[in-house]
Amino acid sequence: MKRQIPMLITFFVGALIIVSEFIPHKPFGNLSTSLGGWFLIISGFAIILGQLSLFKVNIIKISRKAPNWPYFIIALVSFSIMVTCGILWGTQKQPGLIPISDKMLNFFGYKPFDYIFKYMFENLSATMFSLLAFFMASASYRAFRARNAESTLLLVAAVFVMLGRTTIGSTLTCWIPESLGFLHLPNIASFIMKYPNTAGQRAIMICAGFGVIGSSLRIILGIERSYLGGK
Amino acid sequence: MEILMHRIGIWIGVFLTFAIFSFLYKDNPFYKIAEQIFIGISAGYWFIYTIYNILIPNLFVPVTTDFAHNFILLIPAFLGILMLCRLIPSIDWVSRYALAVVVGTTAGLFFKRYLQSDVLNQLTATMLNPFASSNAAQIIGELILIIGTITGIVYFFFSKKHEGAFGTTARVGIYFLMVSFGAAFGYTVMARISLLIGRLNFLLGDWLGIIKP
Amino acid sequence: MKIFERFLHIDRRIIFVLIFIGVALPLIWTLGFNLEVTENVESVYNLMEELEPGTRILISFDYGPSTKPEIQPMAIALMEQAFTNRIRIIAIALWPMGVQMCNEAFEKVSAEYPNIEYGIDFINLGYKVGGMVTINHMAKDFRSTFPTDGGGNPIDEFPIMKGIKNFDKLGCVISLSAGDPGLKQWVMIAHDTFGKPVGGGTTAVQAPIMLAYVNEQQQLIGLLGGLKGAAEYELLINKPGFATKGMDAQSVAHLIIIIFILIGNIGYFATRKKDTMKS
Repeated sequence: MKRQIPMLITFFVGALIIVSEFIPHKPFGNLSTSLGGWFLIISGFAIILGQLSLFKVNIIKISRKAPNWPYFIIALVSFSIMVTCGILWGTQKQPGLIPISDKMLNFFGYKPFDYIFKYMFENLSATMFSLLAFFMASASYRAFRARNAESTLLLVAAVFVMLGRTTIGSTLTCWIPESLGFLHLPNIASFIMKYPNTAGQRAIMICAGFGVIGSSLRIILGIERSYLGGK
Repeated sequence: MEILMHRIGIWIGVFLTFAIFSFLYKDNPFYKIAEQIFIGISAGYWFIYTIYNILIPNLFVPVTTDFAHNFILLIPAFLGILMLCRLIPSIDWVSRYALAVVVGTTAGLFFKRYLQSDVLNQLTATMLNPFASSNAAQIIGELILIIGTITGIVYFFFSKKHEGAFGTTARVGIYFLMVSFGAAFGYTVMARISLLIGRLNFLLGDWLGIIKP
Repeated sequence: MKIFERFLHIDRRIIFVLIFIGVALPLIWTLGFNLEVTENVESVYNLMEELEPGTRILISFDYGPSTKPEIQPMAIALMEQAFTNRIRIIAIALWPMGVQMCNEAFEKVSAEYPNIEYGIDFINLGYKVGGMVTINHMAKDFRSTFPTDGGGNPIDEFPIMKGIKNFDKLGCVISLSAGDPGLKQWVMIAHDTFGKPVGGGTTAVQAPIMLAYVNEQQQLIGLLGGLKGAAEYELLINKPGFATKGMDAQSVAHLIIIIFILIGNIGYFATRKKDTMKS
């Protein structure tokens, strides 16, 4: 029953959604629309579960004195401060439990939640991803070798796109007359993106699409049960 | 005072930026601290926005203000609480009921939408008459598009051994895929460098004031 | 031959420093390279230009601070064009950080358009989870998906939301997306199911994938890809901003990376030749 009933629910819900595509009238259409609203609420709880899970995992690591355990305290403290600020004073548009005083607003310029978001989260998030620029440059130098026909093709396409999709490509070949416009780097890059790139991406998309269709059917029919977990 | 807090905020941002950048030299405590702060703040942000933007307007307010018309929302609320039981190992199996609704809805919708958008529409878009145009570049391009799509799909058919004519067709497909990957690489470089441009704009503009907005 | 072997062993910190300098210097001293507009960006621009004044459009802010340098300039340029042409914007977010991104973009743009009023010309409905399922629900029953705006006020209070029950009264849908959920889901639901024109802006990583939707079926009308797409849009609306300034730095950085790739390959071929001769 611990596995059979969820599988039955999955089948019923999945089949209902598919049938409602062909019979959009009552009751299928209405049930399908209601399910969409329920999905929103359940997903909200799923996000709450994710955050509480993070809390729980960090508490366990701290209590067991796992390697680098002091750092996990920082994560918990940051989480707690952010949640406290959000609940007490609210966000930019949302009021919290305590109305924010003009004095506090004039002091920070923002509500505490938004202040932390703007000056801490935005900078951390942006910097974390901008690190990739350096690693990408280093990895390109180290790994990008024209060892065979395929990798040479990859390299040539990449170089044309990297030059053609920037202003330097346009400047380098701006002297080319219009009759030879197909040699203009931005035009070469546009051609590569519009035709061979689209062909390759379309092939991947169609095959991946078949994969998704197959997986969805397997889940609905109960052949794929990994989402239920163990036991 | 607001201007002072703004300047302090900029300095906090700069400190955190360099703490993350220090990873380029090697892993160090400053980076680890900044990383954990990021995780904590991110989780807190999601938590608050989920409550204010989803649970309150879509569940609590309708149920509390107009229970007669919205009592049915108690069902997803109950399923949501079952979902939260995943935190308790002895009763984590009850979360499967909520998960089943989520997974079933997603699977049903994905089945329809991927079939239409990613398969049928894409195949239809490939069924062009390449010779309809008078532009030579467009004719060549559309021929490339048709041949590339078909050979690319042939490559992904692994149920038959890639040999003979089938193997040659798959090989041509690989070449088109390589061009796609090269183009994707070029764009990925552009994306990563753009993010670095954003950071340097902050450091040189907002912090040092060298760049004017 | 030794110099070619050295080509293969350049310290990565040298690469890091050169990339840093290569990006920083053009931000300080602009080089003024040419910028050309491409067909896909122009298509999005034309989509917006062809809308009647007073039309309501939906803009979905599906990105966060990690991709703000690429997508925020697109958001600002689109808003500027919309407010200039008196097109009304209904903003939503499928990513939680998208709400703040929208607020920041609106604060920046509304300073130049003092006549724009919240609730009449623009509204931010906040964040909803669920991706494709939520978009599908929104398209069938908008008001139950978004019963309030981002501040918790009932949407019935706002003139801009009058008559919006689904996607019917929307002129088009624009998704500014950094991943999943994002533009792909909007194409699948808004266009392929409900027939609404969809335009989009994505990070450069996603752009090659999304280009497959720019086709005869017009699943996607046009696409702004990365910082270049944003810069082209700024050129079209004649308001150069962050994206235009960043293109010089982008160009120099790309050139540095290409040079290092070439150095690596020269070293590889030279040492491979040497190994072949030895054997």
